[in-house]
Amino acid sequence: MTDRAVSVVRAGALTTVQDLGRPGHAHLGVPRAGALDAPAHRFANRLVGNAETAATLETTLTGCALRVRTATTVAVTGAPCPVTVDGRPAPWGAPVRVPAGAVLEAGAATHGLRAYLAFAGGIDAETVLGSRATDLLSGLGPAPLADGTVLPLGRPQGPPAAVDAVPHPGPAAELVLPFLPGPRDTWFTDTGLRTLITGRFRVSAASNRIGLRTEGPPLERARTGELPSEGMPLGALQVPPNGLPVLFLHDHPTTGGYPVIGVVPERHLAPAAQAAPGTPVRFVRMHRPPGGADRADAPTS
Amino acid sequence: MRPLPVGEHGLLIELDSAEQVEALHAELLRRAADGTLPPVGEMVPAARTVLLDGLADPRGLAAALATWDVPPLAAADRPTVTIPVRYDGPDLADVAALWDVTPDEVVRLHSGTAFHVAFCGFAPGFGYLTGLPRQLHVPRRATPRTRVPVGAVALAGPYTGVYPRSSPGGWQLIGTTDTVLWDPAREPAALLAPGTRVRFVPQEHAGPHVPQEPAA
Repeated sequence: MTDRAVSVVRAGALTTVQDLGRPGHAHLGVPRAGALDAPAHRFANRLVGNAETAATLETTLTGCALRVRTATTVAVTGAPCPVTVDGRPAPWGAPVRVPAGAVLEAGAATHGLRAYLAFAGGIDAETVLGSRATDLLSGLGPAPLADGTVLPLGRPQGPPAAVDAVPHPGPAAELVLPFLPGPRDTWFTDTGLRTLITGRFRVSAASNRIGLRTEGPPLERARTGELPSEGMPLGALQVPPNGLPVLFLHDHPTTGGYPVIGVVPERHLAPAAQAAPGTPVRFVRMHRPPGGADRADAPTS
Repeated sequence: MRPLPVGEHGLLIELDSAEQVEALHAELLRRAADGTLPPVGEMVPAARTVLLDGLADPRGLAAALATWDVPPLAAADRPTVTIPVRYDGPDLADVAALWDVTPDEVVRLHSGTAFHVAFCGFAPGFGYLTGLPRQLHVPRRATPRTRVPVGAVALAGPYTGVYPRSSPGGWQLIGTTDTVLWDPAREPAALLAPGTRVRFVPQEHAGPHVPQEPAA
């Protein structure tokens, strides 16, 4: 066994290996997968001198602890949490040098849900269809971490960033999800669409990497029944028969038979990764500019 | 052909029949191969639609689509895969009753059908195969099984499918195959892709079958 490895001391509630996922295979039933908070994943990699494609660890709420076998530079980003090395406090959101044999711990998130742990060289798990990401829907990629799991590290690629000035605000108290209506908004009444925009929704505890489920007022349908299965994009707001929208995240099924009332653009999805159960959710309708190509219009309410 | 907007970078193209979906999908692949289709992130054909995502200018493509001449698809255009099957599924008798034929006749009808993969989904490597005539469509099981074994050949609605790995499922199980549908170490990983032609060939039952999970 190589010395460039980490062993899992405390796996936490759910810790998975993530990178930028395996896009381009949806037609074979393969979900995108990859880090739910992609900006936090990229930031962690930059801090330790990795390419943004390097694999990090994505924790869920309770963090995790790992013993590093050789001295390694690490960084913890995403959900703010206490970081320690052999029990001594270390900075969050900055490169940290961890000596050989020491235990790096990311504690429970103080805000938000998912922290990202990057190691110089990246987690060198086996690739499946070009990605090391764990896909919880279809079981591709490495299994979620368990106590005792050993993960090899790749070779460090570049010098760690000395200072990274990118501000990284913590998660907001409210999850705001801008969306563009369609493709199946006509399956809902005007009242149903208004309920989506004005209703008080909260993040359901049944949320996971497949979808962020909501609790709130059900959306009124204009027509009943199911659609023949159709392709589902990342960010789809799919509405099952209970009328409560589910936001499709990275491990979502690639096809489905319930209508999609709107789609949250990918650039607005990262905050959903950090919205803990109970967080208030507000859906904000975006507008397509008339004529010409779509522009990245600012959300308006 | 009705293009519906999907977020900022997608189009869902709705068509009137599975045949039109297949023909448009083939045309899209042809144009992607000869470089005349703008870059696409995902192209997902389904029952009545093709989803295109990751487009720089979805409106521009929607306008261009209206001018396309999409030729109907010739069966010879697509690769054919042969899948040997032991018709030993626990629901074979139920399907025979629904079809009002003998189990042997189920085998003859099913293996005599020219299937093709309409689309994939549910799990990596799972293809929704069409080709059965309307009178042979069957409902799902009233109670889904918590575990359908890998390699199960199954029917539901207008579709036949083969479970690429063991999973819960509500389809009617009529047989078993040892053919590996999904192997990430293989290129291509999925045996069945949208458009692939499929023939099932009856295989004599040769002793107890031990299902093999594909390497993870």
